[in-house]
Amino acid sequence: MTEAVFWVFAAVAVVTASLCILSRSALSAVLWLTVTMLSLAGIFVLLSAEFVAAIQVLVYAGAVMVLFLFVIMLLNLGHATSDMRGPATVAATVVIAGLLAIQLFALWRYSPDRLAVEVAQAPQLRDPATLFLGGQAARHAVAEQGVVGAVAAPLFQTYLVPFELTSILLLVAIVGAVVLAKRRI
Amino acid sequence: MRASIAPLLGPALGLSAILFTLGVAGVLLRRNVIVLFVCIELMLNAVNLSFVALAQLHGTSGQVMVFFVMTVAAAEAAVGLAIILAIFRHKQTVDLQNINLLRG
Repeated sequence: MTEAVFWVFAAVAVVTASLCILSRSALSAVLWLTVTMLSLAGIFVLLSAEFVAAIQVLVYAGAVMVLFLFVIMLLNLGHATSDMRGPATVAATVVIAGLLAIQLFALWRYSPDRLAVEVAQAPQLRDPATLFLGGQAARHAVAEQGVVGAVAAPLFQTYLVPFELTSILLLVAIVGAVVLAKRRI
Repeated sequence: MRASIAPLLGPALGLSAILFTLGVAGVLLRRNVIVLFVCIELMLNAVNLSFVALAQLHGTSGQVMVFFVMTVAAAEAAVGLAIILAIFRHKQTVDLQNINLLRG
């Protein structure tokens, strides 16, 4: 049952991502990408990452996509003409994307068996954040600490300093966006 | 059996590979700057998917990484779209062929 739902979401994600890169207008590209993100949120739930799924819907499909739509509205581009590159670039793209796909598809064979062997053969892996709990680590953490607590515990303990640095990044981004977009400061 | 612990690990990583490849193809194919940004977001989402898939086995720090990726993506989108607005004011276009200020 879970697998059937996964394949439905996966098919929706791939089809809408293809439509996103092929659609003529920027507006429909953004809207197709929103559908891709929503189906990815469904897949996150199946992979026992419920909180990430909620954030995906709220922040990504909500806020970031609305930002894109606002910019499209501000630019007022009018009727979209095709902006595909020439046939030479299309051929090069097919070659490059094909090579990349071949490399990435090696990941498909990355089974839990092989992962267990690799983790078992790495004795120095004693960081509590990366501890291997005999599979199902995410599900164990959710069962012990709840959906939000399972994410909050490593975020505010192991990764506290990167988390605080993130706020500096956001501040820089806010100031930079205002400086760039404002006509006269 | 180990294989039954995370049955969706392989398919999720495969889906992540497909989505990342589609994003790369979009970046190479399109000339519209906004669509280019959309394709970059698609690639970041594909990476998030593989983080979450591996977090099933390795613990929830993979999901924490997804938060950091989302933060960087949001910051990148805000700054990038502001740059697009600034360029559009000068050149009246979002076509990459007409944006060649740095070409000598």
